[in-house]
Amino acid sequence: MSLSADVPVAPPRVNLRALGLLALLAVAVLVVPVIASPYVIEAILLPFLALSLAGLGLNLLTGYGGQVSLGSAAFMAVGAFAAYNFQLRLGVSLPLAIVLAAATAAAIGVVFGLPSLRLRGFYLAVSTLAAQFFVQWALTKFSWFSNDSASGVVAAPRLTVASLDLDAPQGRYLFALTLVVGITFLVHRIVGSRAGVNLIAVRDDETAAKVIGVPVLRTKLVAFAISSAIIGVAGVIWAYAYLRTVEPAGFNLDRSFQVLFIIIIGGLATIRGAFLGAALIVVFPLLLARTSSFAFEGLVDAGVLKLVERVVLGLVIILFLIAEPNGLSAILGRATARLRAVLRRG
Amino acid sequence: MMDSPELLFAVEVAVGGLLSGVMYALVAIGFVLIYKTSGVLNFAQGAMVLFAALTFVSLVERQVPFWAAIAVTLVIMAGLGFAIERTVLRPLSNRSPMTLFMATLGLSYVIEGAAQLIWGTQVHRLDLGVSNAPFEVGGIFISTFDLVAAAIAAAMVSVLTLFFRYTRTGLSFRAVADDTFAAIAVGLRLGRIQGTVWTAAGVVALVAGLLWGARLGVQFSLSLVVLKALPVLVLGGFDSIVGAIVAGLVIGATEKLAEVYLGPFVGGGIESWFAYAVALVVLLVRPSGLFGKKLVERY
Amino acid sequence: MAFFKRMVPALLAAALLGGAPALADEQYFPLQSFRVGPYAAPGSGFFGGFIDYMNLINVRDGGVNGVKLTWSEGETEYEVEKGVEVYQRLKSNPGVAAWNPLSVGIAYAMIDGITKDKTSLVTIDHGRTDTTDGRVFPYVFPLLMNPYSESSGIINYLAAKEGGPDGLKGKKIVVLYHGSPYGKETIPIYDLLARKFGFKVVQIEVPHPGNEQQAQWLQIRRERPDYVVLRGWGVMNPVALTTAQRNGFPATKIIGNVWSNSEEDVLPAGEAAIGYTALTTQASGHDYPVLKDITEQLYDKGLGNLSDRGRIGTVYHNLGIVNGILNVEAVRIAQEKFGHRTLSGDEIRWGFEHLQLSPERVKQLGAENLFHSINVTWDNHEGQGYVTFQQWDGKKWKVVSDWIAPDWALLRPIIEKSAEAYAREKGIKIRTEADVDTVSAK
Repeated sequence: MSLSADVPVAPPRVNLRALGLLALLAVAVLVVPVIASPYVIEAILLPFLALSLAGLGLNLLTGYGGQVSLGSAAFMAVGAFAAYNFQLRLGVSLPLAIVLAAATAAAIGVVFGLPSLRLRGFYLAVSTLAAQFFVQWALTKFSWFSNDSASGVVAAPRLTVASLDLDAPQGRYLFALTLVVGITFLVHRIVGSRAGVNLIAVRDDETAAKVIGVPVLRTKLVAFAISSAIIGVAGVIWAYAYLRTVEPAGFNLDRSFQVLFIIIIGGLATIRGAFLGAALIVVFPLLLARTSSFAFEGLVDAGVLKLVERVVLGLVIILFLIAEPNGLSAILGRATARLRAVLRRG
Repeated sequence: MMDSPELLFAVEVAVGGLLSGVMYALVAIGFVLIYKTSGVLNFAQGAMVLFAALTFVSLVERQVPFWAAIAVTLVIMAGLGFAIERTVLRPLSNRSPMTLFMATLGLSYVIEGAAQLIWGTQVHRLDLGVSNAPFEVGGIFISTFDLVAAAIAAAMVSVLTLFFRYTRTGLSFRAVADDTFAAIAVGLRLGRIQGTVWTAAGVVALVAGLLWGARLGVQFSLSLVVLKALPVLVLGGFDSIVGAIVAGLVIGATEKLAEVYLGPFVGGGIESWFAYAVALVVLLVRPSGLFGKKLVERY
Repeated sequence: MAFFKRMVPALLAAALLGGAPALADEQYFPLQSFRVGPYAAPGSGFFGGFIDYMNLINVRDGGVNGVKLTWSEGETEYEVEKGVEVYQRLKSNPGVAAWNPLSVGIAYAMIDGITKDKTSLVTIDHGRTDTTDGRVFPYVFPLLMNPYSESSGIINYLAAKEGGPDGLKGKKIVVLYHGSPYGKETIPIYDLLARKFGFKVVQIEVPHPGNEQQAQWLQIRRERPDYVVLRGWGVMNPVALTTAQRNGFPATKIIGNVWSNSEEDVLPAGEAAIGYTALTTQASGHDYPVLKDITEQLYDKGLGNLSDRGRIGTVYHNLGIVNGILNVEAVRIAQEKFGHRTLSGDEIRWGFEHLQLSPERVKQLGAENLFHSINVTWDNHEGQGYVTFQQWDGKKWKVVSDWIAPDWALLRPIIEKSAEAYAREKGIKIRTEADVDTVSAK
């Protein structure tokens, strides 16, 4: 199925773009930790990084691979709980626990990806809900996963890598940033590789792909595995760096939809789309809440404000789908193209 | 010696499951109607169920007589249906089904938010005047409410099936579903047809909302009944009304039997995902559900 | 942003006090409220009651010893990450007294933060059970009743109903619980109580959200229990009652826990709920002096927080009021020690750790029979709250029992063990009584 046949593979344009990215990265690493307040880090940047990464993982599967999944949050949960248990039971270091968590999420992703070999479209989408509900049920049901904690919610261990203590907001931010940047680079490589091309071929026309010798089944399963692994790491960031508690309830269906919104709004089959979408999804409600409470505080019920926000958010999603099918990524693309043209002329 | 009471219990569980399945099917039919003509999995169906029930119950609480409240709610749902067609579906008409699905997710936010903005967030009691007290039939408990729900579902399925098969309008709906461009080419008015279908889905939402609301109370959680309907849809096929009712019955019965007989081995509470597992297993054999049209690759 | 942070409480104060923002001493309560979404009913009732009580203190008494109470709200929709965002946003406001999120998930995500901030976290009637142990959790207060005490209170009530401690011998009790960490938390406690009292317990799970319970109630009918304990949440409660009726199980034999005890839980079930009994730590109704004050001094003047006056004196509204009383009295007790001024979070922690309200004091506060008493100490952060039971008559709740004490001594060793394990896991030094008076003034 062609979710977005008109979405091109990002053309490799180096110079300007690479420079821009490097500058952005330098700011993110060197400047942000110094100037950002704990509120900005804890309430905006950390969820932004976690959700960007989840979006990136889902985009690989849905945007590039054309397989729609409504179970992203389940894989986030798998990642978070796997990392917690590897650290707790085997006493492994945090980096190793993250690798193992990614592997666990990948394995479970492959299992739930099996129906994709036979199902298409909405049938597949709804069947991924099985992953969503089963994982949440299993993690709640078997208290072994949460170390038999009485209330099923466990505190994430202190964030330390080697002897580095990353428990302060800045430390957690840099920890999350490192993971996100590293994985983004990997995804960039995968998308440009043979496997990435195969994936797009399968998305655009499965039969044709088969004819030209693309291993369709393997491609699909590999997509599920890599995508789930990345989403699993996003879950680790969510639980370890952001909320610092591990519990199944936060990884619910709403979270899965949220990740899906991110890539639709950001732009399918683009890498930057996940980041742009996540920025909008995280920041927009906060902005809305701030402006509305600034304007109307005390005049109307707090609940009414929230409902208005909900309606506005829904409308924005619909408007986006109508006005810009290729998402924020396309808007940004046009903006930079215009900028470049202006620069060239001037 | 335990055979006969144990067997009776199993039958009772199965019957209870079938009756629950009818309730699932009521929600699922709303999805089918829209999928049949628009090719959209309308996630906002749950929000529509909430909106319809909340509107109705709020009118009744404001002393509007029962049937007048039904009529007013129907008019409002029709208005909503046409508004959705005009503002959401039409601008998105050439887009992929998945885009439309996302739009209905956004739509569900809008409808849920608006419903509570208009009518408040309180929990309401909805009394249909149908007794839920049980009476015994051959050792099995049944309530009048169950029978009424089953009768309504049966009536709805029959009417809709006949409508699609024999009336001119129904046939034009099918034409749109089969080939939208051909339908437009022969002069069918797509906007009006889709508006009508969304209105019909609104009516179905009202019926489902009233029956579920009588059990749950009318409150936000009413919109979560869609999660019970989705596996039914997958199993029955997204575009089959008969499929919805049959799959509803199958899922209701297997899920209850599983909860009672398999649940204890893993500690219970397996209903949340078991229906999906059943649907998946069947799908692996029949990829478009029990009654779905074979050709599902329209995108 | 900093400008904005200062503006919210100032604007609020201006709106509420109807004059220039008070420059005098103020104590600020950040509220992580939830007024929309699936749990709007508990949220709006509880935070409405809490705000009403604080407002009453300002309007009637001019604050606590002249220190005005201020507050601002951030909507959480009962979701953890939204609660964390609100916490991060509001925590730097001056004069933060204590946090009251009314959500276990949000409370959990805040424990590290508030311990570092040295600010108290109150989880009235719920929360993480082992936070009762003040030796390990200096800043967390599951006031009045933790989940373990709740289970014990319910069983003590049933035993009393059956004629004493031996009355439950050979009886059968089904616990129908919500399929969530909250619902599962008391499974081992009911097993323990079953052994102690000699009854048989069968625990059955209802998957979230609980809008379909036919299978569970058929199982219950097959078990033929003497009682069913309903440990529900949200929509699961009315559905349990209607499904019980549908399966011929009498409501009079169903006992609800503290999150199954509100008007919103029974009203949707209609006649199926008549005769249903539920536990509570605070009686409902408005025949208490403090509620009369709230009605006359706030609602009659258009200052009340609830948009629907009919909800005054409902279970969640009264829980909010009791929560207000406990918070305000902790501030007052701390003020007696540290002075009548804006206190630091740690000073108010000291107040909570000395929050002892005898039945006489409760009467002075106009809350006699609204709740019984509380006796918080540095190592017992629950404070030995008493419970009572109310029966639904189709229109309102009617108290049908005395104040009942849970078996705290039985539960304490389990709580200590769990808290000590937590301390080991997190490398926390266990406090002694000597640490209580080390109070940071910042």
